[in-house]
Amino acid sequence: MIEFYLDGRSGLSPYQQLVQQVRHALRLGLLAEGDQLPKVKDVVAGLAINPNTVLKAYRELEHDGLVAARPGVGTFVTATLAGGSLAALGPLRQDLRRWLSKARRAGLDEESIEALFMSTFRSASQEDIA
Amino acid sequence: MIWLTWRQARVQAISVFAGLAFITVVLLVTRPALEATSEFSDDEALYTATLLAMYLLPAVLGVFWGVPMVSRELETGTHNVAWNQTVTRARWLGTRLGAGALTAMVATGLLSLVVSWWASPIDAIAGTDPEASFEPRVAPLAFAARGIAPIGYAAFAFVLGVVLGMLLRRTLAAMAVTLVVFTAVQVLVPTLVRGHALPATEETVVITMDNIRGLSGRDGMLNKLTVEQPAGAWVLANETVDANGDVAATLPNLSGCLPPPPTDRGAAPPDRIGVEQCFDRLTELGYRQRITYQPASHFWPLQLIETAFFLALSGLLGWFCLRRIRLLH
Amino acid sequence: MSAVRAEGLGRKYRRRWALSDCTLDIPAGHVTGLVGPNGAGKTTLLNLAAGMLPPTTGVIEVCGGVPGSGADQLAKVGYVAQDAPVYSGLTVDEHIELGARLNPAWDAGLARDRVHRVGLHGKQPAGKLSGGERAQLALTLGLAKRPELLLLDEPVAALDPLARREFLQDLMSAVAEHELSVVLSSHLVADLERVCDHLVVLVDSRVRVIGEVETLLSEHHRLTGPRRELGSLPGDQEVVAASHTDRQTTVIVRTTAPILDPTWTVGQLGLEDLVLAYLSKPVPNRPALEVLR
Repeated sequence: MIEFYLDGRSGLSPYQQLVQQVRHALRLGLLAEGDQLPKVKDVVAGLAINPNTVLKAYRELEHDGLVAARPGVGTFVTATLAGGSLAALGPLRQDLRRWLSKARRAGLDEESIEALFMSTFRSASQEDIA
Repeated sequence: MIWLTWRQARVQAISVFAGLAFITVVLLVTRPALEATSEFSDDEALYTATLLAMYLLPAVLGVFWGVPMVSRELETGTHNVAWNQTVTRARWLGTRLGAGALTAMVATGLLSLVVSWWASPIDAIAGTDPEASFEPRVAPLAFAARGIAPIGYAAFAFVLGVVLGMLLRRTLAAMAVTLVVFTAVQVLVPTLVRGHALPATEETVVITMDNIRGLSGRDGMLNKLTVEQPAGAWVLANETVDANGDVAATLPNLSGCLPPPPTDRGAAPPDRIGVEQCFDRLTELGYRQRITYQPASHFWPLQLIETAFFLALSGLLGWFCLRRIRLLH
Repeated sequence: MSAVRAEGLGRKYRRRWALSDCTLDIPAGHVTGLVGPNGAGKTTLLNLAAGMLPPTTGVIEVCGGVPGSGADQLAKVGYVAQDAPVYSGLTVDEHIELGARLNPAWDAGLARDRVHRVGLHGKQPAGKLSGGERAQLALTLGLAKRPELLLLDEPVAALDPLARREFLQDLMSAVAEHELSVVLSSHLVADLERVCDHLVVLVDSRVRVIGEVETLLSEHHRLTGPRRELGSLPGDQEVVAASHTDRQTTVIVRTTAPILDPTWTVGQLGLEDLVLAYLSKPVPNRPALEVLR
């Protein structure tokens, strides 16, 4: 079972953070199909957050088809987020390594690399939405 | 609600009753000595102490039981606790008011019982001997320390304390004001209320050598005289009236009424014949002495009237309290 | 159902209006935060809702009834006042006894469990408790009464971070277990963000903004761009706060429509910044411009 945490500086609202943490856990394989998500009252008692927040997060995950609620029992994982097969990860990782060394040779320091990546990532995501 | 009232007032209640127990023991121990004698000058201190105790008890109850009942809650903020339980404010106050007033009345009644019993030999003498050095029961000094009237005082003082605590919201200020108001009422009631509660008896007597008790004058002229007062009575007036029945502001300038002023050789012996002639002359001129008094037999009726008066006053204040508590914040 | 419904509610103390023209509808089953500067009227509003005060003008209805109007209504609402007053002469156990005797719906099991879990000792006089313990005792009294609505006036203001966290954990657990409605006032917006799903902002004894926290956060944006006059903004964008430097304008707007002007950089607001924007002086009204597409 995973344990939730809240980051006050993440810029995301609490329920968005919970959703993100579940998705992240699914990606990393910390949660597998059939695993139970922490009970609402336990999350509430541990984090001191509003129960509706937890319910909302679980509902969104259910809406995305990742979990299913069983009344009286709990909420269980129904699908994983492999995010593409593991096979695709290898070549992608190599491409990324090559790009990183190119950026370093161009003279970018770590912060500039990160800024470049994040701004391109964000504008690309927005283009996806628009 | 009863449980809470008791729990909050526990210490105050126990200390008052402990004090009363102590006083009772002292009085029990000293009573046999009183019975054995008819000369009470040794017991004056204790007698005065009992008077003080009787005067103070209602005031103490009003100030230390009554005032904090509401003002303490307001000062500490615990009214936020008390008034957010499933109990209306009227029930909250009503229970505390009723229980407190009842306990105050019982405590004062018990003390009055003990003190009246202890002082009964003294009261007996004061009631039958007009020359007694102690005041009779029906006179103001002892009246407030006997019988059932103190029960009325206690109820009144207690409810007064609650009302003032509620209105002033500050315990210390309310205690001071309660004391002042209660004392003022206790001073005013005998003069304004009690004397007129029952019609006083009026007696008009001829002034003679036998009944004359006091003479006073200025520059050799008589200006005031008093006669013997009936035993055990509360004398309201002992005044000379003229032939028309009006109070004589000045007495006629008759010689011989007053003893001659002391000379260098010491005080001269009073001239009995001269004084007697003076009185005869006064009587001829139509002067009489009128004594207005409440007789000893009026003691219990006056007690009942006074107790009823104070209980009614307490009831009125209590009703005001219950109405007002809903507006408090 | 509404937990608290007010229309034109006002309360005057001598010459000053502590609360004026307050119209709001706080839904049941939620945790609503009441936020605003000192003297804005938060305590007054809570007192009015608990029936501790009568209103000067307007109407207030709590859980469907008039506040303070009798034992039935008193049973529906629990109130923990500022600084969690307790009877310093009574022990913890005696406080629980008080609650049991004065509340027909008292949940003795809940009270016992809470006292035990929170670590309070029954025989301890309440006067010797720390601030956090007092707050927990007051919360126990409020919760074990099993009200429909719990009102809390700055319950964690004087608590250290650990006591604060424990208090909120317990409060949220109770909300989860008993479907309680809660209205709590606080200065600490970080706490409010975790705990509240509805928000009421009071400034100068008036309601400035009220709504669901998620909705409010999605409707408010920070726009930064080259310096300009505010009159040029479209009418459907409500300006909440604005500041200018010689070259730059920063505006906080509330709008449900998308922001199409490409010269603005649009950013999201955290709850604290949103509240602060409303706490600053209001922007004078400007004429609305039609949105040109």
